[in-house]
Amino acid sequence: MRIIHRKLLRDLISLKGQVTAIAVVLAAGVMTLIIAVTTLDAISLTQDRFYGDYRFADVFVDLKRAPEGLAERLREIPGVDHVETRVSAPVRVEVPGYPDPIRGKLLSIPDGRQPTLNQLHLREGSLPEPGRDDQMLISEPFSEAHDLRPGDTLTAIIRGRLTTMTVSGVALSPEFVYQIGPADLLPDYERFGVLWMNRRALANAFGMDGAFNNAVISLQEEADAASVIDAVDALLTRYGGTGAHDRDDQASHQFLSMELDQLRVMAIFLPTLFLGVAAFLLNVLMGRIVRTQRQQVAVLKAFGYSNGDMAVHYGLLTGLIVLIGLVAGVGLGAWAADALAAVYMEYFRFPAISFRLQPQVLLLAVAVASGAAALGTFHAVRGAVSLPPAEAMRPPAPETFRQGWLERSRLGRFLDQPTRIIVRNLLRHRMKSGLSVLGVGLSGALLLVGSYQFGAVDDMLDKQYRLMHTMDVSLYFSEPTSAHAVAGLLHKPGVHFVEGFRSVPVRLANDGRDYRTTILGMDAEPQLRRLIDTRGQRQRLPREGLVLTDYLADYLGVRPGGTVRVEVMEGHRRTLEVALAATVSEPVGVSAYMERRALNNLMREGPAISGVWLLTDESRHAELYDALWDAPRIASIGLIGEAEAAIRDYIDDTVLVMMGVLLLLAGSITFAVAYNNARIAFAERARELATLRVLGYTRGEVGWILLGEIAALTLLAIPLGWLLGTGFALALSEAMSTELFRVPFVITPRTYAFGAAGVLVATALSVLLILRRLRGLDMVSALKTVE
Amino acid sequence: MPHANMPSRQVVFATQGVTKVYRTGEMIIHALRGVDLELYAGELTVMLGASGSGKSTLLNILGGLDSATDGQVRYGDQDLASGSDRMLTAYRRDHVGFVFQFYNLISSLTARENVAIVTEISRNPMRPEDALELVGMSERLDHFPSQLSGGEQQRVAIARAIAKRPAVLLCDEPTGALDSRTGIKVLEAIAHVNRELHTTTAVITHNVVIAEMADRVVRLSDGRVSDVHVNAHRKSPAELSW
Repeated sequence: MRIIHRKLLRDLISLKGQVTAIAVVLAAGVMTLIIAVTTLDAISLTQDRFYGDYRFADVFVDLKRAPEGLAERLREIPGVDHVETRVSAPVRVEVPGYPDPIRGKLLSIPDGRQPTLNQLHLREGSLPEPGRDDQMLISEPFSEAHDLRPGDTLTAIIRGRLTTMTVSGVALSPEFVYQIGPADLLPDYERFGVLWMNRRALANAFGMDGAFNNAVISLQEEADAASVIDAVDALLTRYGGTGAHDRDDQASHQFLSMELDQLRVMAIFLPTLFLGVAAFLLNVLMGRIVRTQRQQVAVLKAFGYSNGDMAVHYGLLTGLIVLIGLVAGVGLGAWAADALAAVYMEYFRFPAISFRLQPQVLLLAVAVASGAAALGTFHAVRGAVSLPPAEAMRPPAPETFRQGWLERSRLGRFLDQPTRIIVRNLLRHRMKSGLSVLGVGLSGALLLVGSYQFGAVDDMLDKQYRLMHTMDVSLYFSEPTSAHAVAGLLHKPGVHFVEGFRSVPVRLANDGRDYRTTILGMDAEPQLRRLIDTRGQRQRLPREGLVLTDYLADYLGVRPGGTVRVEVMEGHRRTLEVALAATVSEPVGVSAYMERRALNNLMREGPAISGVWLLTDESRHAELYDALWDAPRIASIGLIGEAEAAIRDYIDDTVLVMMGVLLLLAGSITFAVAYNNARIAFAERARELATLRVLGYTRGEVGWILLGEIAALTLLAIPLGWLLGTGFALALSEAMSTELFRVPFVITPRTYAFGAAGVLVATALSVLLILRRLRGLDMVSALKTVE
Repeated sequence: MPHANMPSRQVVFATQGVTKVYRTGEMIIHALRGVDLELYAGELTVMLGASGSGKSTLLNILGGLDSATDGQVRYGDQDLASGSDRMLTAYRRDHVGFVFQFYNLISSLTARENVAIVTEISRNPMRPEDALELVGMSERLDHFPSQLSGGEQQRVAIARAIAKRPAVLLCDEPTGALDSRTGIKVLEAIAHVNRELHTTTAVITHNVVIAEMADRVVRLSDGRVSDVHVNAHRKSPAELSW
């Protein structure tokens, strides 16, 4: 090995603290890129494979009842590839030993074989045997939630009759990657399950012999989905079709797409931010390391090493540091992405995760990291070699200082000499001080970005569940029911208050955009389901007209005063223009609201309700469920407390885990930057500090000069970090708002305090490490060292 | 002691009207104010001068470490004053060995490696071990600078300077940071190299005693050559004391 390379390795070892710090900064940036991009890639790749391998349908339609013969007509529609007709039914399920109500969705599969579309991935057991009406397949998350295995039994209430069923197998379906109950926002595997039965048995039970009430359709490659949907609707409307839709409105696919959209935003935003900051810091830090070796550069030049030799030498040093950072970043990133993808797989059920590291992502990381480091090194090496060696070896001439305003001011008279040194150093090296402040400020900003969502998510959920959804149980009837039902429910055990609502599935359209949702008809001033305007004030429902979540109004491009086309997807299907009366601000989901009687009028019906919200005594829930079980018309029972817990778990598991990782990375970056600043400040001042020690200053006094400077820079950096972090957080929260939820832009004082504390702790730790060096400062040798 | 080696009169360096002006902070310093000087092949010249007399500046210009503000500097038939950075680098690499007052060894390399880092880029170097033996450092090849005394470090620095068999050896206050006993050992090493390798050697110092080991003594004051004196007899460093 050439001696100069040996020098390189020894430098690397002796600079290990700083090298590690720089590598950490870089690794954190690279890790963010790998985590965000790889998680996204893993989920979308897995989705593609599952959809392809198990023939996920393209068009979906529900209807009341149509004769099986109609399937042939559907197959004849131009563009249609395959049609699978099914029987689908809501069902109530009881699992031995589980007290809460469970809703099920029963779907038919052809007797004894896999369907053509939406095929099932069998995890365990087998399909129900042909001809059996007492066997069912159950979805994997449901089986896990209740520890149900093939051979176990459960009870289903099919059309009011208790039927004991045996589990024949456990399956996954591309249709229920995200297994969510109707009207739910998040999966609840304990209280909702998907079940599959033989077609003949299911049809028998629900009076659907020779008929179907659900169809899924796959399209030929170049087919136009919209025209197929129109043709399907034209065919099925008279059979009670509720409107065919493509994958975009298929619940599981829709949620998965929203999650992927959000990940896509994060995959662009976070690596840009982290890698950008890391690149900047790398540039500054590499520059400083090379500058501290100015004298060695001069000696080597004196003996005939050329500028090119020096550039190669420091280029290699940088290259090695970059390599360490890259290897660590890619390794840890892949590991974390794998873990994070596994967390997502808890919510999105696929047969297997397809995980890969994309070479182009690695290349991008290498390019950004090497580029930034090379730039920093290049500037510093050019600076170091541009001086004639004689000048580089001479102690630098005393720098030009002037009395600043501070010293001339009244305050200045009270400054002691060490404090003057601090002030003048900072002012003399404005550029360098500025870069240090910017570096620490940026890392503080990352801390803020990593932590603000914790507070903001709490704020969002508090708003949703403490302010808006104040009911604790929600009931859906199997069909619209007279509003008189409210009075009957008031007598159920533990019920304090009942409020009815009407819920109508619709397609809202304006300006070429449309969105499937439900219009919720409520009292003008609902007690259990409050509406909040943008200023956080309670809002009354107007007597006429539609009220939309502001996110949905923006999406449809409509403002209060304008009109929206409402396509009713229930009962007699009608399309009408309804005025938008107002918008409300809601952080979770997107909905449409009307005053209940206005909605009843729109539906040309009497005072009907689709369900009720209850305020109950929680201690009597068991009694209440028993009573509700016996009520025939109740299709589903929802527990709001459980929903809130589920959404908090979901956010904790996904968004906040990701943010937690980022926070950890931001913390490492902050420490690395603070430590490097302190190390360099010490190296630059060692000679001066030793001189002062020789002159009789105590260690404390000398330490103050060093620490005072670091402290001053840190104190300047904190507000800058707040400012930058607020900007980053605002951009992130804008970019991340989706239909599912919009994390409000709320930065609590606690978050600011946390960001500042992070910077202060990192600085304090660095200073402690530096103080150990200060104690070991050898006065005589420091004075001999020529800078 | 008689001349071990009577220098021939072949001119190695010739300067004419060399001036050097530089700024430090807000001060403008005239370090050299027109120096005319010739150095001859194989001779050992001591340049004497007080602090600020310009001797270090002159040595740096001769060594290609710094450039003159004005005037001519010739090394053989090369013009150093108008040389490019590339030319000066090649000149330093092939012809010059330096010894600095503060040794300037690379702290992360051992004695042997500090010499090797120069021999690796030289055309016809001696083995680092041989160079270290010439200065009496054979016993401490694998010690790091921090494990060596000041005198030992300086002798390593001399070994580093001569290992490439340079045509000229330039020493800037080589004993400046050493006590007299150690300093004499270092001077012996320099004299030994000059005698054995016939290296044209220039030593700058403010220590008048050292002048007695020179073939020629050049005095500098206030940026000019004030006196040139030829020693009839070169003393051995061992005979010196201060």
